[in-house]
Amino acid sequence: MLLSVKGLSKRFDGLHAVKSVDLDLPEGEIRALIGPNGAGKTTLVGMISGRITASAGSVIFDGEDITRLPAHRRIARGMAYTFQITSVFARLSVAENVGLAARRHLHGAKARKAVAEALDRVGLGARAEQEAGDLAYGHQRLLELAMGIVQHPRLLILDEPTQGLSEGEIEAFQSLIRNLAQETTILLIEHNMRVVMALADRITVLDAGRVLAEGTPEEIHANAAVQAAYLGGGDAQTG
Amino acid sequence: MKALVLHLGLLAVLLALHFVLPAYHHGNLARIMVLASFAMGYNILFGYTGLLSLGHALFFAAGMYGMGLSVQHLGLSAGPALLLGVLSGAVVSGALALLALRTSGVAFMIVTLMFAQAGYLTILHFSEWTRGDEGFVLALAGRMAWGVDLSDPNARYIAALMLFGICLMLSLWLVRAPFGRVLVAIRENEERVRMLGYDTFAHKLAALTISGTMAAAAGAAYGILFGYVGASFAAVQYSILPLLYVLLGGAGTVLGPFIGTLFMFYLIDLSSGITTAYMLIAGIALVLLTLFAPQGIMGELRRRLWKGLP
Ligand SMILES: Nc1ncnc2c1ncn2[C@@H]1O[C@H](COP(=O)(O)OP(=O)(O)OP(=O)(O)O)[C@@H](O)[C@H]1O
Ligand SMILES: [Mg+2]
Repeated sequence: MLLSVKGLSKRFDGLHAVKSVDLDLPEGEIRALIGPNGAGKTTLVGMISGRITASAGSVIFDGEDITRLPAHRRIARGMAYTFQITSVFARLSVAENVGLAARRHLHGAKARKAVAEALDRVGLGARAEQEAGDLAYGHQRLLELAMGIVQHPRLLILDEPTQGLSEGEIEAFQSLIRNLAQETTILLIEHNMRVVMALADRITVLDAGRVLAEGTPEEIHANAAVQAAYLGGGDAQTG
Repeated sequence: MKALVLHLGLLAVLLALHFVLPAYHHGNLARIMVLASFAMGYNILFGYTGLLSLGHALFFAAGMYGMGLSVQHLGLSAGPALLLGVLSGAVVSGALALLALRTSGVAFMIVTLMFAQAGYLTILHFSEWTRGDEGFVLALAGRMAWGVDLSDPNARYIAALMLFGICLMLSLWLVRAPFGRVLVAIRENEERVRMLGYDTFAHKLAALTISGTMAAAAGAAYGILFGYVGASFAAVQYSILPLLYVLLGGAGTVLGPFIGTLFMFYLIDLSSGITTAYMLIAGIALVLLTLFAPQGIMGELRRRLWKGLP
């Protein structure tokens, strides 16, 4: 198991956002994490990456308990995290955004080469010198993705990466993820069910802070409880 | 490359001015170069890392007193005394960083202000050693370095230029190195930097220590070159001055601190020649500048003419 989460919980004052979640993620898998708005998906991956401190539970990454490690040390162990609410360095160039991510483990010419490759992979190669804040929203999402993949993580956590992308860009995104899956394990939060069904090896469904179901796309598609949660939530389209 | 030429060019011009400036301006420029070194240190923390300190007088004074006390009480000459001054600046700023960096924003400003105030009071308290408010004129031994008398205007100018040159080239190298670029990223979005796997606390700690050490080097040099060590250099004005210099010249530009110091120094100098209400004239000029060039002189230049200016 690359990642193993046990009894992870988060309380925000009165609100119990994540309730004792268990999750096992084997190496090489694409795992989709879905659920209605406010289900606790972002909070859960926040606790995995260390951005949010857990109220209870533990996180095992690559066989080691990292629950007490600060975020930067978890990232340094091979996690990469992309933000749901785009959080690029708006006043720095696109290349410098990716460069900052690359230079944690690469230097000089190697770093520059990795940056160029990552930008080409997400299709932003021509915009390297633009200021990141000037990019369209969808392109900022792609920049987030480039900042993730340039780190060559063992676990890549993506929080709604296709938000704001056009149909064509979503196609390109899917083939990129399939490509990446050969070198890294991916935990993907996604509202677009067509993308989820096309990419995920397995799906974990979160509802009101609990794991509602887990299984292959077919199993999840056929699961009555999941259908009910989604019909109640109403924001995700089935494809 | 272009940037390197520009900065080395400034040093060449300053060297050339040594041979042509009339005595009055020659003396002024030596003072400006030392104060600009102080401001460059401040700029590392404020301009590049985005941390606003209101306590840099503490580091300036740590350098000045580290140097001055070791001349007065240990009888050191200028070279080793300068080194001790720089060292005490590094220790004081490193220790303060460990405490103050637990806070951020306004709390950080207040904590740095309080510590600097405590430093000022400490100097007054130990007046037996520091001569308190009155201060002391530096013994002649403390103004000699390897047989050179640094109280001589020519030697003084060259020494100031050397300090300035080191601080300038160090700043230029630092802000373009990977480390400095992480500082800029922290200024822009600290949480994102953390989530890229960088230890932001360690980076800020290093930035504050480098900043404080540079300020201390300027403080020690100021004492040696102008021959006086006094508590007024630890007072709050000396925390505000580098902030003003940097804001005027352009925060987050390598040349900004020098331009700001030069501008402010001559603004006060010229207006005090015209009227006794010179602070009013200086104040109005400052207000105008912040209205029309909010990013400071070099910041404005970067925005309009040269985007890659470091
Ligand atoms: N910092 C916080 N303080 C208080 N409550 C929070 C905080 N962050 C999240 N919450 C609450 O926790 C719950 C789970 O939020 P979370 O962002 O994890 O949901 P999500 O599944 O990612 O939703 P979405 O699909 O809208 O992104 C929500 O009710 C949210 O309002
Ligand atoms: Mg979310």
